[in-house]
Amino acid sequence: MTGPNLTWYLAVSAFLFAIGALGVMLRRSPLIVLLSIEIMLNGANLALITFSRNHADMSGQIFALAVMAVAASEVVVGLGLIVAVHRRRLELDVDKLSTLRG
Amino acid sequence: MGNFLVWVVWFVAAFACLGSAAAVVSFANPFYSALALIGNLGSLAVLYLLLSAEFVAAAQVLVYAGAVMVMFLFVIAYLGRHADAPWAGGPSWQALGAVAAAGALMVEIVVVVGLKASGRLAKAPDVGVAFGSPSEIGRVFLSDHLLAFEITSIVLLAAAVGGVVLGSQAHEDEPKPSSGSAAGTRAK
Repeated sequence: MTGPNLTWYLAVSAFLFAIGALGVMLRRSPLIVLLSIEIMLNGANLALITFSRNHADMSGQIFALAVMAVAASEVVVGLGLIVAVHRRRLELDVDKLSTLRG
Repeated sequence: MGNFLVWVVWFVAAFACLGSAAAVVSFANPFYSALALIGNLGSLAVLYLLLSAEFVAAAQVLVYAGAVMVMFLFVIAYLGRHADAPWAGGPSWQALGAVAAAGALMVEIVVVVGLKASGRLAKAPDVGVAFGSPSEIGRVFLSDHLLAFEITSIVLLAAAVGGVVLGSQAHEDEPKPSSGSAAGTRAK
């Protein structure tokens, strides 16, 4: 195979996962937390596709497609929750949404 | 020459990917973060193409950078200025702890992958033109991984129903301008 070694793709995937985890832990806006979770899922997807190429087996790509479907579902439910929180006139701040009471 | 071109494309895509991911986390305005995530997903699609995963790259651009991000941008535009939250919370040691934890996570991933797979990663086997093509993906999906296919459809259905339920309940819970109904929703 020409071009960079597969190790480099895995390094990018590890960086992406770590950046996403940093966003989840650091930021207070639930929207940005959701976006950071997307980054983490995509880092995992890149690792799946890299190993799929490494084994010359397409099951990893199938797994990546399933992860994409799960990510789309997660965005639907997460954004629905954010809109519901906003409609109850609560502040969109994950540090302040600390109780499950209505 | 071809090898050099692949390296150039890889460098551009990988650095665009990491840079836009850092931009998503660091922008104060969620709208800019979502736009940066579109760039991140697009450059990831280029990396998928380099790994000969053509169908996944196309699905990435269509489903993720297209549909999902449009939904994100709609919600952020709907929330308007309410979408802005303070950049980060808590005392500064909490932010330092978050950075340390993310760094530790990355080191763990690198060490584990390096220990378990470093010997096999050096050489990638040659794959045919059909590897990752839509027809092959469809064949594998509907023969070897039929259960995963069906479970994916159930997950999507559950998410659609959940989105509708959340949206309609949010409409009921909306505080009315009249004085009595606010107490009613509290009691419920």
